[in-house]
Amino acid sequence: MSYIALSGQDQKEMLARVGAASVDDLFCCIPEDSRLRRDLDLPAAMTEPELLRHMETVAGRNTYGRYRSFLGGGAYHHYIPTVVDSLSARTEFVSPYTPYQPEVSQGTLQVIFEYQTLICRLTGMDIANASLYDGASAAAEAALMAQRLTHRGRILVARSLHPQYRETIRTLTKNLALAVEEVGFGDCGGLKSAELREKMGPDVCGLILQSPNMFGVVEDLAALAAIVHEHKGLMITAVAEGLSLGILEAPGKLGADIVCGEAQSFGLPTSFGGPGLGFMGCKKEFLRQLPGRICGQTKDVEGKRGFVLTLSTREQHIRREKATSNICSNQGWCALRATIYLESVGQTGLREIADQNIRKAVYAAGRLAAVPGVKLRFSGRTFNEFVLVLPKDAASAAKSLQAKGILPGLELAPFYPELPNTLLVCVTEVRTKEEIDGFAAALEEVLR
Amino acid sequence: MIREPLIFEISDPGKKGYSIPKLDVPADPSALEGLPLRADIPDFPQVSEVEVVRHFTRLSQQNYCVDLGLYPLGSCTMKYNPKVNDRIASFPAFADTHPLAPAGMVQGNLEILHRMEKLLSEITGFDAFTLQPSAGAQGELVGIMLVRAYHESKGIPRRYVLIPDSAHGTNPSSAHLSGYEVKEIKSNASGRIDPAVLEQAMTDEVAALMVTNPNTLGVFESDICLIAEIVHAKGGLLYMDGANMNALAGVARPGDFGVDVLHLNLHKTFSTPHGGGGPGSGPVGVKKILEPFLPVPVVAKKGEAYALDFDRPASIGRVRSFFGNYLVVLKAMAYILSLGPKGVREMAEIAVLNANYIRKGLEGVYDLQYDTASMHEVVFSDKIQKEAYGITNLDIAKRLIDHGFHPPTMSFPLIVHGALMIEPTETESRRDLDLFIEAMRTIAREAAENPAVLKEAPHHTYVRRLDETAAARNPIVAWDGRKA
Repeated sequence: MSYIALSGQDQKEMLARVGAASVDDLFCCIPEDSRLRRDLDLPAAMTEPELLRHMETVAGRNTYGRYRSFLGGGAYHHYIPTVVDSLSARTEFVSPYTPYQPEVSQGTLQVIFEYQTLICRLTGMDIANASLYDGASAAAEAALMAQRLTHRGRILVARSLHPQYRETIRTLTKNLALAVEEVGFGDCGGLKSAELREKMGPDVCGLILQSPNMFGVVEDLAALAAIVHEHKGLMITAVAEGLSLGILEAPGKLGADIVCGEAQSFGLPTSFGGPGLGFMGCKKEFLRQLPGRICGQTKDVEGKRGFVLTLSTREQHIRREKATSNICSNQGWCALRATIYLESVGQTGLREIADQNIRKAVYAAGRLAAVPGVKLRFSGRTFNEFVLVLPKDAASAAKSLQAKGILPGLELAPFYPELPNTLLVCVTEVRTKEEIDGFAAALEEVLR
Repeated sequence: MIREPLIFEISDPGKKGYSIPKLDVPADPSALEGLPLRADIPDFPQVSEVEVVRHFTRLSQQNYCVDLGLYPLGSCTMKYNPKVNDRIASFPAFADTHPLAPAGMVQGNLEILHRMEKLLSEITGFDAFTLQPSAGAQGELVGIMLVRAYHESKGIPRRYVLIPDSAHGTNPSSAHLSGYEVKEIKSNASGRIDPAVLEQAMTDEVAALMVTNPNTLGVFESDICLIAEIVHAKGGLLYMDGANMNALAGVARPGDFGVDVLHLNLHKTFSTPHGGGGPGSGPVGVKKILEPFLPVPVVAKKGEAYALDFDRPASIGRVRSFFGNYLVVLKAMAYILSLGPKGVREMAEIAVLNANYIRKGLEGVYDLQYDTASMHEVVFSDKIQKEAYGITNLDIAKRLIDHGFHPPTMSFPLIVHGALMIEPTETESRRDLDLFIEAMRTIAREAAENPAVLKEAPHHTYVRRLDETAAARNPIVAWDGRKA
């Protein structure tokens, strides 16, 4: 299938118009020895029906959809209202670029402005950016932002922060004179406050703490923030499961200075991990160190309200190597979907959905931990995930459950060798009581 | 025209735009005990579904987009985004897969990633690819981090990265974030890198040269082989920003002309929708010498099965969660499969033809600071109109909106003052190209006859020219809570 809109005759006439004898002539500035003198070795062109058939075949090799999945760990299955798919498919949202020309981009810009407002209200922060790539890179950007704000050389990260977030922070800070140190977790699953107290100091930018953390456990943000603030460090709260903000107290009210995370739960499918939606909010005094695009309100020459991208003096196209970040786009379409989602479910819906997540997870934790030999690993209160300890090797138990059509969750041992025989189980509103009961019954069977 | 309010301004308690099944697990009064619950979410809307639908539909109508017409943002490659690719990416068997699923349950996804690495390697002439970077800027960062890891493996990371003064701003920013100091290389009179200047700047303290080819002037760096030799002779590496790969695909391969590492923008060259700013995808291709350093994980094929390889001791690590913007990669792959080998080449050929056709139509009307042969884009400036009538590129851009087009890129290259960087892409019809040329010529006439009409443009948009200075001076980045 070709998407060229010129006829052969057009091409002939246009070549003549530009003074080229042939198409090849157009490339005369490329030296002969740098040109490819053969066809690319690619599969032959497909027609649309052939392409669809081919892709359906490949998609059929994904068998994931046949399983009852209790996987979470940074990507979550939630129900997506039809309006999200329908409205976000409008080509006026899909096919423009970054709104460089505000007069013909007010749709995109107002959506970003509403999105920033929603993120502010959810996180309890004063300001938010127009989004970042994903939760992990947002956490890394937060680390660098804290370094710029405090001019200090160390940053603490909770060991209960998502392993891939920690890895991303290490990669992206590696060459920038910022030492990353971990703070461990206790038996409640929350951060060890004594260890934090020990490691905090006047050379520490702050702490990056995920809540609910990798084990689903809700951290005592206020108490931990107090320790960080004693040393004038910054409290950075990472939220990998955005939906938790629908019912849990806003981190901003509990001492957070920067809140970052992943908002995939708001209207985006799990998408094999991408695209997701990184978000970041902070206190207003940090505005000029906030990375990424920011949309601001202004007026046009007639006094009408309008929106523009603003504060670009922080950004790479003006500041080049001195920019706050090299980011030059946002996850615009993903932020649009999150905005449609949040505005559809609204105040009451978000709470109701979040509430159902907690209650179903609590129910599931009770059922599963009642299976002989199975225990909950941590005592802390959780959102929609929890950690089970099995009386035998989790990998083999998981395999047996998969044979019964159940994907019981994530084995944590590859990420946390100190947590052998554990499974991170996630229960969202899309899992039914029947499925949870079935999981418990199957677990009992495979452990027998 | 109806002014579309913020959704917060039309919210009323008691309205509802969603439905979810009743909780089906037994009521447990202690379920929420001990959790820090919030009282409410201030200002969160309560609206009906139809209000949401009208809100976003009306907002959408305030956007210009590729499906409405020519969108000549230079270096952004705003080509048509085939609909079938979006359809494929919405297959539940792709879209609803979980990134932590056992490899055996997502063989289709791993196959897509593995095959796409091979397709991109063939198109660009590299040995391996990573599909993890989320966008071009993250691809640049990964590319330069690979350079650093390579030099570190030889003992010293080196100190500088050389960047031509015509480069996009993300280049120096990405080099800086990789721990390098940036040294700028001045372009010569033809808008290219001068090998003699490069020779002087290239020392054994230089880690890499970052080159964009064709560069941001739409000009091919004809000395690229010599440039590569100069860089390699001092042990440096040649990085290529592949933002403009649309001019080369099927015609020439960076891997064949001396480039060691390159990033692509799948949302440019390979047609995935720009989405109003993202998501993009910025894969990075490398020569063998850099392969050990690629981000983890890497997709490996063992017999007929695909697996994820995390055991890569020399890897720079990961730069984001999971495997990159998978669904974007999938759309780009669908595009390559649609086009096939001849289609990919034709894409570059017609992109270059269309750009030259526009150039021909506007030469003499607008100033061309560098009259070197153009490839997929052409950079005019406002020099003629500015000197004669005080009309800037901004005025021209805003007036172009009245004529029904999106303006060209103006923020760079910095070496052309008052730039109008025009990239039509290959998917424009001759009729649309002619309409655009005619609009630009009309504007040049208006600049002479009635400059005020340009100064005050746009005239027919939902909002008129906006006060960007006020927005930056007194930033309002979230709703103030007062209903208008």
